[in-house]
Amino acid sequence: MAQEFKAQPMWKVRARLAARNLRANWGMFAHSKLGPVGLFLIVFFLLFGLVHPLYLVYRGNDKIYDPVVGFAYDLLPEGNPHPPTLSHPLGTDILGRDILGQLMHSTAKAFMLGLIAAGFGVLISTLVGSIAAYFGGFIDSVFMRLADVVMLFPLIAFLVALSAAIEITLFKLAIILAILMGFGGTTIILKSQALTVKVKPFIEAARVSGGGHFRIILSHIIPNVLPLSFLYMMFGVTTAIFSEAILSYLGFLNVRMSLGIMIYTANDSGYLIGSRLGTYWYLWLPPGLIISLLCAGFYFVGRGLDEVVNPRLRER
Amino acid sequence: MNNTTVEVVDLKKLFPMVGGLFSRKVRYIHAVEDLSFKIQEGETLGLVGESGCGKTTTGKLLVKLIPPTGGHIYFDGSDVATIEGGVLLREYRRKVQMIFQDPYESMNPRKTVYDIIAEPLVVQKVGNIVERETMVVEMLSRVGIVPPDTFMFRYPHELSGGQRQRVAIARAMVINPSFLVADEPMSMLDVSVRTGVMKLMLQLRKEFNLAVLYITHDLAVARYMCDRLAVMYLGRMVELGETEEVLQSPLHPYTRALISAIPIPDPTFTREAIPIKGGVSKPVDPHPRCRFYDRCPVATDGCEKLEHPPLEDKGSGHYIACYEV
Amino acid sequence: MALLEVSNLTMHYTTRAGDVMAVDSVDFSLERGRALGLVGESGCGKTSIAMTVLKLLPKNARILEGQIRFDGVDLVPLSEDQMRKYRWNHISMVFQAAMNSLNPVYTVGDQILEAIQHHMSMKERVARQRIADLYSLVGLDPDVMDQYPHEYSGGMKQRAVIAMALSCDPSIIIADEPTTALDVIVQDRILKQIDKIREELNMGMIYISHDIAVIAEVSDRIGVMYAGKMVEFADTHTIFKSPVHPYTYALMSTFPSVKGDKRELVELPGEPPNLIEPPLGCRFHPRCPRATAVCQEQDPVFTEVVHEHFCACWNQRS
Repeated sequence: MAQEFKAQPMWKVRARLAARNLRANWGMFAHSKLGPVGLFLIVFFLLFGLVHPLYLVYRGNDKIYDPVVGFAYDLLPEGNPHPPTLSHPLGTDILGRDILGQLMHSTAKAFMLGLIAAGFGVLISTLVGSIAAYFGGFIDSVFMRLADVVMLFPLIAFLVALSAAIEITLFKLAIILAILMGFGGTTIILKSQALTVKVKPFIEAARVSGGGHFRIILSHIIPNVLPLSFLYMMFGVTTAIFSEAILSYLGFLNVRMSLGIMIYTANDSGYLIGSRLGTYWYLWLPPGLIISLLCAGFYFVGRGLDEVVNPRLRER
Repeated sequence: MNNTTVEVVDLKKLFPMVGGLFSRKVRYIHAVEDLSFKIQEGETLGLVGESGCGKTTTGKLLVKLIPPTGGHIYFDGSDVATIEGGVLLREYRRKVQMIFQDPYESMNPRKTVYDIIAEPLVVQKVGNIVERETMVVEMLSRVGIVPPDTFMFRYPHELSGGQRQRVAIARAMVINPSFLVADEPMSMLDVSVRTGVMKLMLQLRKEFNLAVLYITHDLAVARYMCDRLAVMYLGRMVELGETEEVLQSPLHPYTRALISAIPIPDPTFTREAIPIKGGVSKPVDPHPRCRFYDRCPVATDGCEKLEHPPLEDKGSGHYIACYEV
Repeated sequence: MALLEVSNLTMHYTTRAGDVMAVDSVDFSLERGRALGLVGESGCGKTSIAMTVLKLLPKNARILEGQIRFDGVDLVPLSEDQMRKYRWNHISMVFQAAMNSLNPVYTVGDQILEAIQHHMSMKERVARQRIADLYSLVGLDPDVMDQYPHEYSGGMKQRAVIAMALSCDPSIIIADEPTTALDVIVQDRILKQIDKIREELNMGMIYISHDIAVIAEVSDRIGVMYAGKMVEFADTHTIFKSPVHPYTYALMSTFPSVKGDKRELVELPGEPPNLIEPPLGCRFHPRCPRATAVCQEQDPVFTEVVHEHFCACWNQRS
């Protein structure tokens, strides 16, 4: 009775479907003008960061190009910090280290920080939000109260106190930010999204088919929340990079080199006061610009995903 | 003589109403009360009534989406009313399935037609991946979605309303249930598409020898789909009988008023609507007397004082709950 | 002269996927004090026609051709400012699911008041008296004027919305699916009320519905729509007893009824077409049991079959 059916391996079919979805989503993403701009910025800086080892090779693996310990006090006649020259395209900082190399190294670190913090953070908030929405009641209350506490958390004060007790490295900062973002405000947003999914008839249909709690959460609710999660992950990266910049600038982190540290170093040595701001632009402008552009990039991508994530925003 | 697939005895469902800021007493909506009926193998019982009468709640109780407050649901001999989970629930789900009203919202928009239909098989651990694919293909052909390979990997939004509802039917039937609850399956389909789906359901009912509970507010559709009709009002059954008998010679005052209000697609037919006052409301902590009392055109003082009338056989299996008829 | 005369009306709107031919060469007329029913399935264009007559079209819509003559005046070339004088004051509308669009934070009376004051200058006290009169007309207790929408039942909300449409004394009301969300008994009462109002005020009414039974009971004449085109137009009796267009005939045979013989229902294969790429020739031909070669190539013309009975078909039934 069944017609002749040419069976194809399932993975091939799924791959084809995934490609088709990607193409459709890309169409919408490209249509928003901000999205591709943001993507361009991200890819540009990603490559910028990745190219660092090649840059070092280009410089002959000379130790003075090490972004952290490449001190070269005596090398340049005018002393440090030194404005851009051929051998140091963005000049040197107060300790004689090559700024361009520092930028590349720091950008790579910023990416890692952002993606780890935002990635794990959004993973947590998606799971927590979906579970809270699905079970409701006591579990929901617990997580929502927790989110309230986290949101009211004085981040700076907490980190000040913590920095006295332990040494906060970039990695530790990433974890702290992941936990705060994971249990904080984003959870509330993702939980409301999960709630809108939970009340749809197809969830009832899944229950009638025999699905248990975790099957429904993992297979039905979370996939419908993920687009929004991805969106908030973009904003999370922005938060992470920006937080690191501010915290480093204020000196609370135990980090040897990052975008924020570059500005901190410059400020700490008094090169950001008055007219020096103009003369020593190469100490603060490059890292400041990268922080802004990188954050903007992720934010634009987030905005570009608006239509993809929310079908109601799509044009007729 | 067919077997009785499902028997409902004195089914009851109460919903607590969220009280006001200062009220301490909890009020209850008596959504379903003293409900009893039987459905045989191969028979379709129509559950009809206006909004708020409890028919959708009854459907959900029978599929065990919500737990009953009281009463018994006998399926294949044993009482399933108190089952909460575990193996027993899973077995029940194997034999009892549901078709929902909204063909689009009842499917996960991110899943393909194949995934949607295969879901009961996956969850109930039926067959391996190859066997499941064969079963899905066969089911698609049976519900008229041909050629199956073209449709298998489409998404719900790429299908028309009628096609979606056929997929929903395939999903319910793929696991070979013996009892189907259909909650207004035609109401969101275009008129010209409805007939096809109606015929499909009638055909499958015969092929699978299904017992069906067909929930609808549309009596014209119920006429075609159901062998017997049960009319509900504010949570209670007021009339039960063979479909043609109930539609052409209704006995209960509510049923008579209801049928007389249905528009007829025939300009030569003069319809005499039986006027009744008031509107339907929620049965919140209702009086123990007949729930139709305040609107009934033939109510008497006796109806006010006595408890809600029981269902009585007025001859040849035509039951009504009324003191005055 | 007819109160409303629509001829050759064509409207399309542009979407990212292409041009949707929502209304294509539609003709019909409405006399004062009579009721016209527009019936068809989802996407057939019946709501689009109503929005076009009132020129309440979105930015991406355009009237390509045709005339809308209200009391002799063609509305198509009118500007938005000029059109505003006609809307609500002469032609008003009860939108689909209007009862669900009442603003929950204002009393119903206030909302009707706003509608009145927006379209005509009237002192508040006078307007409130008018609203009380309207309430009696539609069968509502005038005292409930100052209640909020959530305090109204479904039937009450629908009556209030009808009162709102009547508030500026129009000569035509267009009612789009006025009773779809209501229970059968309430629906019966409201339809009777609307009919009573029509007679009392000698108004023209256009009913739009997918429910053939409702249309049969309330309309004097019926226009059957399919895929943006009007396929048949005649008085109610003719449409039901001697339809000539295959779609009309199929629609009648596919509609179950609680009374009368339990006929065998006829299945209509396929689904209503996509209006971005409608079939070439007659839009119904892929599903039509009487289709021939000419139907696939040429779009049939809407012609008068017998007096006041119009149809667009190459192979109409006799």
